[in-house]
Amino acid sequence: MSTDEIILDEKENVMSKVEEDIYDIVADKADVDRVKLVRDARLDDLEIESLDIVEIIFAIEEKFDIQIPYNANDAEMEFETVGQVVDAVQKVIKEQS
Amino acid sequence: MNRVVITGLGVFSGAGKSTQEFWQTVSNGRCVIGPLETIPTDDLQIKIGVEIKDFDPKEHFPKKQLGLLDRFSQLGLMAAREAIADSGLTFEGEDGDNTATIIGCGVGGQETIDQAYYHIYKEGRRGVHPFTIPRLMLNAACSHITMENGITGPAYAIASACSSANHAIGQAFHMVRSGLVERAITGGTEACIALGTMRGWEAIRVMTRDTCRPFSKNRTGMTLGEGASIVTLETLEHAKARGAKIYAEIVGFGMTSDAMDITMPSFEGASKAMRFALKDGGLDPTDIDYINAHGTGTAANDVTETKSIKLALGDDHARKVSVSASKSMFGHALGAAGAMELAVTTLAIKNGVAPPTANYEDPDPDCDLDYIPNEARDMKINVAISNSFAFGGLNAVLAIKKFNG
Repeated sequence: MSTDEIILDEKENVMSKVEEDIYDIVADKADVDRVKLVRDARLDDLEIESLDIVEIIFAIEEKFDIQIPYNANDAEMEFETVGQVVDAVQKVIKEQS
Repeated sequence: MNRVVITGLGVFSGAGKSTQEFWQTVSNGRCVIGPLETIPTDDLQIKIGVEIKDFDPKEHFPKKQLGLLDRFSQLGLMAAREAIADSGLTFEGEDGDNTATIIGCGVGGQETIDQAYYHIYKEGRRGVHPFTIPRLMLNAACSHITMENGITGPAYAIASACSSANHAIGQAFHMVRSGLVERAITGGTEACIALGTMRGWEAIRVMTRDTCRPFSKNRTGMTLGEGASIVTLETLEHAKARGAKIYAEIVGFGMTSDAMDITMPSFEGASKAMRFALKDGGLDPTDIDYINAHGTGTAANDVTETKSIKLALGDDHARKVSVSASKSMFGHALGAAGAMELAVTTLAIKNGVAPPTANYEDPDPDCDLDYIPNEARDMKINVAISNSFAFGGLNAVLAIKKFNG
């Protein structure tokens, strides 16, 4: 087993409650099958559009009582994968808790 | 079919409380975006916009009239007063029946709605002000313009979000051209700096926190700006008969619906609207000298609009044409935007000066046309188009021509 796989494996095993909540929100708001939501899943492939992202971010803000400074015009904030959304949210939660 | 000319202009906006002041601002490429002062911004993430400063409605409206006026009607009336006075039109008897009043607005009385809901949900009051409905209704500004002037012809409001004013002006243009009426009062008004509205806009994540930089690579979104702009239209025959001054001629109007997405624009839909405006005006793509772009400063609009201009005009002419985004200076007035931009375009044609795209800093490979960066350009403009593309995929493009007799 390569190092990469071990890290991935550990991550999956210890998937936090936060991560699970985020996946639930994404599945609900973007109407995506929950089992398809893995870190590497691409938003494009899941047909998650920019307006879905805006709604997902809002639901996450409400759920965790945080503010995510997301601007759809900012290329640096473009999310490509589900994992990137999770990481961004976890970072904000850490900063704001 | 009648030829249709513009004979009066009125602008009331953060960039100027008269047409002259407004032109002074835009022809100098001055951006008036700044911190919001008329609403509490403590809890807002977006704290900038364009507001009309030093405007005390009590100085302009009698108490009884003012009680019925949401801010969007106040702004609309202020612009209409200037346009009508500028045109010299009067509305006694049949002249009133012979004048249409078609006014664009995106939302209506946003301040009134905010206040009413505050009373109901926050303060738990049982009643709201009895004028809540007549103040907030979308046709209020239109109706007050007819009442103040005794204009008794066809009158209604048109709502298509950011294209409202262009749809209204286009409709009025068609009415005058077809001979349904000889004159029209048209344009748009929007008082969008209300707390609830600002919250709504910041929630959709397309607003910039610093300033609006259309077509610039480092753009970070759009900025709201309140305002109103009204024009008077007449048949050429009518204008000539009364010796009216003529600013420019409206020659074409094109509209399409993307039928695709509620927020994302389509370059095909926008491009077709431009082509239809040209066709309606009997123009070739190569006739166009200047385009007043929709140019909101969002990632999606500016790339799509650039692509749509290339498709409509052909790559070769698209690269020769001068394009600028007035929203870089006075923000996005939503349902009034097209009317304010028609004022810009008309004055640009009349004065031979194309206003710039302000705050342009960094070329974007995906926005590779000539956007008149930062400084106005002296140029002869014979034909121009003014683009409006709305949320909901509703596109409306006006074609305006220098009046050559």
